[in-house]
Amino acid sequence: MERETGAREGLKGWLNPSKIGKFGIERLAWLLMRLTGLGLLAYFIGHIYETSHILDGKAVWDKSLEMTQTTEGHLFLALVIGMCVFHTGNGIRLMIAQMGYGVGKAERPDYPYKPQSINMKGKACIYATLGMAALAMWYGMAVMFA
Amino acid sequence: MMVLRESIIMKIHYGTALGALFLTVIHIMMRLTQDFHESLEYENVIANYESVGYAILLELLLILISVHGFNGLRVILLEMNQGPTYEKLVTIGCLAGMAALIGYGSRTIIMTNMGML
Amino acid sequence: MATIHPKLSDELSQTVVSSTKSVKIKIKRSNPNVNSEQKFDEFVVPIEKWTTVLDVLLDVKSHLDHSVGVRYSCRQASCGSCGMKINGKPGLACFTKISELDSDTVTVEPMDNYPVVRDLAVNMDRMINNHKKVMPYVIREDSEIDAESGIREFLQSPENVDKYIQFSSCIKCGLCNSACPTMAMDKTFVGPQALAQAYRYIADDRDKGKNKRLKVIDESHGIWRCHFAGSCSQVCPKGVDPAMGIQLLRGYLLGIRD
Repeated sequence: MERETGAREGLKGWLNPSKIGKFGIERLAWLLMRLTGLGLLAYFIGHIYETSHILDGKAVWDKSLEMTQTTEGHLFLALVIGMCVFHTGNGIRLMIAQMGYGVGKAERPDYPYKPQSINMKGKACIYATLGMAALAMWYGMAVMFA
Repeated sequence: MMVLRESIIMKIHYGTALGALFLTVIHIMMRLTQDFHESLEYENVIANYESVGYAILLELLLILISVHGFNGLRVILLEMNQGPTYEKLVTIGCLAGMAALIGYGSRTIIMTNMGML
Repeated sequence: MATIHPKLSDELSQTVVSSTKSVKIKIKRSNPNVNSEQKFDEFVVPIEKWTTVLDVLLDVKSHLDHSVGVRYSCRQASCGSCGMKINGKPGLACFTKISELDSDTVTVEPMDNYPVVRDLAVNMDRMINNHKKVMPYVIREDSEIDAESGIREFLQSPENVDKYIQFSSCIKCGLCNSACPTMAMDKTFVGPQALAQAYRYIADDRDKGKNKRLKVIDESHGIWRCHFAGSCSQVCPKGVDPAMGIQLLRGYLLGIRD
């Protein structure tokens, strides 16, 4: 593809909160999907490193485990749970939509034009996913702080 | 360099997501079969790794999440900047990161499973 | 004898006399060919309840500052020339009434993700090039011109027309590309406008160019860089719903649709 210079919004087009206000919950879901994906990959790399301490014996394992057994550690893990649930739920919604389901049926548009692909089903899924992520975080904290 | 069509890569992305989801649920359920803190105790974790079935599950999970995660990273990086050299570097970098993570994680799984502690 | 079409000057004077309200319009000014300076110029213009953003801009050009750069033509949301960012959201100036903005101040800026020519006019070459790349025409081996019987038609049922007619309403205003978050960073992304047009022709049962088009869009900066943020569909002034077209188009590449 041919190159074009200048005129891109850049990261502002991704991160500017006013975009969410103007383009709705779908834009928030798009941003969160990206951020949770990066967060989960970072966590996964850390998790693989942390679990590798099992090879160094019980003392090292217990010491590395201590990091996550603090209040901050538990809160961090709760955040990971929330990211995981959101990324999964929203990912399933996207997969279904990207297969062409739930995005409406092509037809003659009538004024005032309401895009069928931006519908209540999709919005409900996003809100439900956010709700499930919050619930999972709460449950995770209940287990970890028990 | 052989280049997969993007639709094939995305099919792999979706497939690894579903596979990882299924295995992650099992992995987390295993933590909840006993008290959470107890399940993370050294002896219990070793017992998990020494079970061949669980070790295979962990290995599969490692591969699926690494492939999915690094492909996701590749997608984000490709959208952040463009250019033939940059794109080649991103692809090679992500493949290398994926291979390194799988290699490092596999080492833990295999050595623990075989009792090489 | 009564005049059916009043003179332009009569219309203008009537508009001014009957105005009781006004709006402050902030216009982003820049001329990249001269320097990199960017500034907002403010003007106060009388409005009626039917006054559009384009009307206000033309009022500014006529009476306050002739140098404001704006592209427009049909004034009825048919030509797609007057796309711009209105209070932060891409829209057609001729299709956006001041009264519906619910604000005493209206800020207009050039569309994001396009190089600025001057003030509110942007260069749309990239979008047009991408549009051409998806081959926006019916591809067939045979022709509507038949050697023996003369001209014939490629017949199509109304049901099949409904499958793509929505996407043929595209006026190439470029608002969708301006709203798209991928376009904000990816200089080489084919964009929602071109992808929706690829679907329009693939869904047309007279067309036989599906595989050619799928090959064009199935690359690293093609259809898979859309992540269904849906912003393109929210700003489309013609009800095209590019996000829907793109998701339906993916079905062909995933093997769900023939």
